[in-house]
Amino acid sequence: EKVDPQKTAFLLRKSWTLYSVTPLYRFHRARLRDYARLLSAFLAAEKQKGLAVEVGVELDIKVALSNLADLRGSELDQAALLVQLSLRSQASSKNSEDKLVWLGWFCSVFGDDLSENLPEDFTSLPLFLSHGAESYTSLVGSWFQKTFDCCFRRLAISPLNLSWMVAMWAGCKLDRAASAVELVFSVPRLSQPLDISYAIHPEDAKALWDTVQKTPGEITQEEVDVFMDCLYAHFHRHFKIHLSAAKLVKVSTAVASAHCDGIVKILHSQYLPGVLMLLTELAISQIQ
Amino acid sequence: HLATSLPLPSERDHLRPRIDLVVFMIDIKSKYSLKNVETSLAHVDASFFLGKVCFLVTGVGRVNACSIETNVICNLGEAYCSPVLFCELELEGIRVATAQRLLRMLQICAGHIPGVSALSFVSLMRNSDDD
Repeated sequence: EKVDPQKTAFLLRKSWTLYSVTPLYRFHRARLRDYARLLSAFLAAEKQKGLAVEVGVELDIKVALSNLADLRGSELDQAALLVQLSLRSQASSKNSEDKLVWLGWFCSVFGDDLSENLPEDFTSLPLFLSHGAESYTSLVGSWFQKTFDCCFRRLAISPLNLSWMVAMWAGCKLDRAASAVELVFSVPRLSQPLDISYAIHPEDAKALWDTVQKTPGEITQEEVDVFMDCLYAHFHRHFKIHLSAAKLVKVSTAVASAHCDGIVKILHSQYLPGVLMLLTELAISQIQ
Repeated sequence: HLATSLPLPSERDHLRPRIDLVVFMIDIKSKYSLKNVETSLAHVDASFFLGKVCFLVTGVGRVNACSIETNVICNLGEAYCSPVLFCELELEGIRVATAQRLLRMLQICAGHIPGVSALSFVSLMRNSDDD
């Protein structure tokens, strides 16, 4: 389970858009090179049709598919699959590198709930994360959907799940000085949208969570509720506003940040598996 | 009659007609509405819980905006022996159907339906929930 921080460093500090993906039909790890070639051809064909992004930029898109064996929860999980789109450099010199324009990866961290009862030809990689232009995401997504008969759906994160995340992540032990714990609320039913940002000193947040959590390593809904109620009560005492009536739309901690539209940023390599496990769970519950 | 919380202001007590049904509305998108309902419940006389109270959960159409867990609400319904109705006010069809259900319940609670009392009706609803 030890994830080499070097190999996964590129995953940190990037904004990832989340999707849930139904199992892939007849996906073969041995054929990654073929798939890369097919996807590349597909992208070129779509560009001919005029559906690709950049206008007036005539560059080849190079596709690379690779495995990230380290990124999984247990042996029961499939190894993560990485898709990279780069612009082939125009200069012919060996030193010029291809510019990475889009990155997407499929993974499953402790996704046994879904993979357990799958028939043979299916590969379970329920969580998909993308970084880069939305147009590339939809092109790559439609190729995968057509080729492997799967279905991509944007993964939304409810306020309930966001509060779990902030409670869990605020309680994580961190060596270095951490950034503030921030919660962003959107106030409904106003003529002009209003966002409230509530920032808490990370040590205070962790101290609060430590008094609430009874069993280390275990978190219950009651504990999350108590944690959140304390934060709401504190805010109400000072500002006379009931945050519990507003919609929690974004949470930010030193470990990771998450937005209700299904956008996350992972900041700490130590907690990468934990965050991915939570996201895998959300993806699976959206699929089922 | 609509109220944002209980108890009702005592100034108008003498003008108030008999209360046949109390519907507590919980917005699944607002934790605050649940807290509000929980504190208001304490102000309701115990006799109302023999079929004259019901919980109405709104906003269930938007699964991604949930701030309250469904079993918390179901447990509340069980604790107070009162039915829990789920609806989505933003959809006209459901809004109308829910209004009709509440009206029906009100008619029973007000004693307008011969042969059916509030208590017998609520025990009927509970049995079908357990199925």
